[in-house]
Amino acid sequence: MIDVINLNKKFGELNVLTDINTSIKRGEVVVIIGPSGSGKSTFLRCLNLLEQPTSGDIIFEGKSILNQKLNIENYRQKIGMVFQQFNLFNNKTVIENITLAPMKVKNLSREEAEKIAMKLLKRIGLENKKDEYPNKLSGGQKQRVAIARALAMQPEAIIFDEPTSALDPEMVSEVLELMKELAIEGMTMIVVTHEMSFAREVAKRVIFMDEGSIIEDDIPEEIFTNPKNPRTRDFLNKIL
Amino acid sequence: MIDIEFITTYYSYFLEGAKITLMISLFGVIFGTFLGIIVCLLKISNIKILEIISSAYIEIIRGTPMLLQLYIVYYGLPMALPFELSRMTLGTIAVFLNSSAYIAEILRAGINSIDKGQMEAAKSLGMSNKLSMRYVILPQAFKNVLPALGNEFITLIKESAIVSVVGIHDIMYNSDTLRGITYKPFMPLVYAALIYFIMTFTLSKAMGKIEGSMKKSD
Repeated sequence: MIDVINLNKKFGELNVLTDINTSIKRGEVVVIIGPSGSGKSTFLRCLNLLEQPTSGDIIFEGKSILNQKLNIENYRQKIGMVFQQFNLFNNKTVIENITLAPMKVKNLSREEAEKIAMKLLKRIGLENKKDEYPNKLSGGQKQRVAIARALAMQPEAIIFDEPTSALDPEMVSEVLELMKELAIEGMTMIVVTHEMSFAREVAKRVIFMDEGSIIEDDIPEEIFTNPKNPRTRDFLNKIL
Repeated sequence: MIDIEFITTYYSYFLEGAKITLMISLFGVIFGTFLGIIVCLLKISNIKILEIISSAYIEIIRGTPMLLQLYIVYYGLPMALPFELSRMTLGTIAVFLNSSAYIAEILRAGINSIDKGQMEAAKSLGMSNKLSMRYVILPQAFKNVLPALGNEFITLIKESAIVSVVGIHDIMYNSDTLRGITYKPFMPLVYAALIYFIMTFTLSKAMGKIEGSMKKSD
């Protein structure tokens, strides 16, 4: 579904990503782990072009997304994104957050968009919050709404950039549960997280990144019980 | 000290003047905001030539006296246009051109104050720059700069006194007229000051109220 070929990203002189090669298949859940500053987030942000790669290519369904002629907005509709800081639209209520893009980008009527939104709100158990502004929600609720907002566009894959890192500990599980459900339903997911239990349980593949490179890319059992690279071993020893 | 007879005889001068002052300031801030939005969007457009034009506009307006701008518009614009504009219109144009440069900078600060995650979230949903600006960034920026825009309105009420020099009958001009016809050189100025103060003070109190009621999504 997504093939990453020799991807490089530099900020000025600094190499943030060096020769990243990987591919993500439809329905796959790929968890990316690694120390902070290892380029995980930058890699995710390159995948939907919030960062412009310096060189290399990203192929989505056979076509390069770096092609100048490609309509980036069309591509981004297919790749949802969930942010560490939620980034709900502060000036919109919960339901407006979810319906905005379907109405303005996909040109759905308000009725259709709200129908989809209500279904999603029911699913995340926040129907009664539909007219609240984001500032009235807890962190966990905000993140669930953010996931619903991404789902409302019916994306083909969702990118999660440390979705639980800004949450109080007691709210982490409600978000992880929802993500787990999505994984079971077959959503293609690329997740940067420090939740190793999630990686172990849900991921089909775990990628370990360090200093801007992919060090190891394997099934979770191998990474967690039998890491091949000393850096992976070192990292896992520190956090587990 | 307070001359009741003077007030009852001449109050209409002040009333008419206040109307003109308010109109010029109100149109000044409204059109100034529209033009300010355009100038501001050009400045953040990431298109070099448009950035240069809008920056030059802002710098020139902010770097020259308003009196001079008024003269240039008042005497220059009629030469450039094939049709006539009223004194009042020319005065208002000068005021809103001046104001637009300041408002553009106010808006730019407002847009910059919005967390960049808001724009990224909008983009990640496939929204174009234009859509993101219109539905996500600008409404929030506007709310943040509303107090500053209110201040701009209040500033215009005071600064618009300058249009009296080209014969527009605002408060300032009318109080000067009264000094002439009544041979009282001082008291009309005090009344004029009082009226300016009542307008600006009322407005700043009203702005405070509006700000308070807009806090619900903060």
